[in-house]
Amino acid sequence: MTINWFKYASPASFYFLAGRMLPYFTALAITLLIVGLYIGFFVAPTDFQQGEAYRIIFIHVPAAWMSMFLYVVMAFWAGVGLAFNTRLSSMVASAIAPTGAMFAFLALWTGAWWGKPMWGTWWVWDARLTSELILFFLYIGFMSLQAAIDDPKRADKAGAVIALVGVVNVPIIYFSVQWWNTLHQGASVSLVQSPKMATAMLSGMLIMTLAAWMYSIVIILIRTRLIILERERHTAWVSELKEGVLE
Amino acid sequence: MIWWIVKRDLLLAMRRRSDVLTTLFFFIIVVSLFPLGVGPEPSILRTMASGVVWVAALLASMLSLGRMFSSDYADGTLEQMLLSPVSLAALVTGKAISHWLVTGVPLVLMAPVLGIQYDLAGDALLVLTLSLLLGTPVLSLIGAIGAALTLGLRGGGVLVSILVLPLYIPVLIFGTGAVEASSAGMEFGAHFSILGALLLVSIVFSPWATAASLRISMS
Repeated sequence: MTINWFKYASPASFYFLAGRMLPYFTALAITLLIVGLYIGFFVAPTDFQQGEAYRIIFIHVPAAWMSMFLYVVMAFWAGVGLAFNTRLSSMVASAIAPTGAMFAFLALWTGAWWGKPMWGTWWVWDARLTSELILFFLYIGFMSLQAAIDDPKRADKAGAVIALVGVVNVPIIYFSVQWWNTLHQGASVSLVQSPKMATAMLSGMLIMTLAAWMYSIVIILIRTRLIILERERHTAWVSELKEGVLE
Repeated sequence: MIWWIVKRDLLLAMRRRSDVLTTLFFFIIVVSLFPLGVGPEPSILRTMASGVVWVAALLASMLSLGRMFSSDYADGTLEQMLLSPVSLAALVTGKAISHWLVTGVPLVLMAPVLGIQYDLAGDALLVLTLSLLLGTPVLSLIGAIGAALTLGLRGGGVLVSILVLPLYIPVLIFGTGAVEASSAGMEFGAHFSILGALLLVSIVFSPWATAASLRISMS
């Protein structure tokens, strides 16, 4: 038996595969979210230094992790699309960008809400905050470039170039910001946690990260399906789908 | 081949001198606005000087990116360049070099004068100028990628700023860092080394990425 490795590289077959996978990932995302939130709110103990306010880490940390991870995934698929000219890869890359930007924004926003009661300030120019902000800018750049180009083929390729340039730059930016911060030595607060975290806190955070991961998969699959429909709207299979011939 | 492009672009720039001068005056005006905004206190100005001059240089270099390819694109020269058997990366390197000569070098030459406005001492002035000398070519090289990607798009000017400015951040940090280190009496050689490293890395990668972007934009 020969396996056709590229079967699902075709947007049409991926559309149905994604449709079949969606319910499972949705169920996983909801379950993990409920379990994670339950642990976060009821099981995890109150922090003796930070009180109840620390509980925002159950959103904040997963959001920050996902925003960084998704950028790499986005650049990877955009690069695959550029190198092998596979349309689906580029569609997935453009589907990832809004979710990544949303998580970067969420990380910044919840960070500000956390910072206010803890440090007494909404914002410090800490290295991590600054690089998260720059990551957010990179997402915005990718999305605005794609939005400005009408021809989807050119948009895919141009987006891929800027995503790859961004991925090369992310470590450089991260280290330069870190060095800049130590030079300025302005921030008196550091984000370094107390040495040991309670197990319940850690497990709550990890489960919430998995939930965020599953959520991203669900949203990205839905968005990819929509992009497929939009771009393939003139093809035969989409019109068959519209008439209810295909299921 | 690179030199042929540089010579041609310089000749074109000299025929339209006002373009060059506009960028330079933009730089001077932006730098001169800050004291009006924050007050003429010399100690504040001295601490701000490197940051203000560098940010103004970033903006001036970015604003002139649109001209790097657009006139060649409009009159079809760029298409001929793409069709020519010569390596496109080399042509693009020439473009970036001439962009730097036309916009970067005047900024570098002007920087000491503006530094004096900000009450910088002799050493800091020298370091500021040298850091700009090393850093502005990086701006032209990175900017070339953005200029190539946004070629012929609506709202290209604003778009290029969103694409390019985040990538300029390391240059800004180490450029201003060198000046601050020198005015604090610390060693600033490391900053120059990193600026030099950024320059080398961008010389290697940027023409290649720019050439790829041009092919995407022109296809």
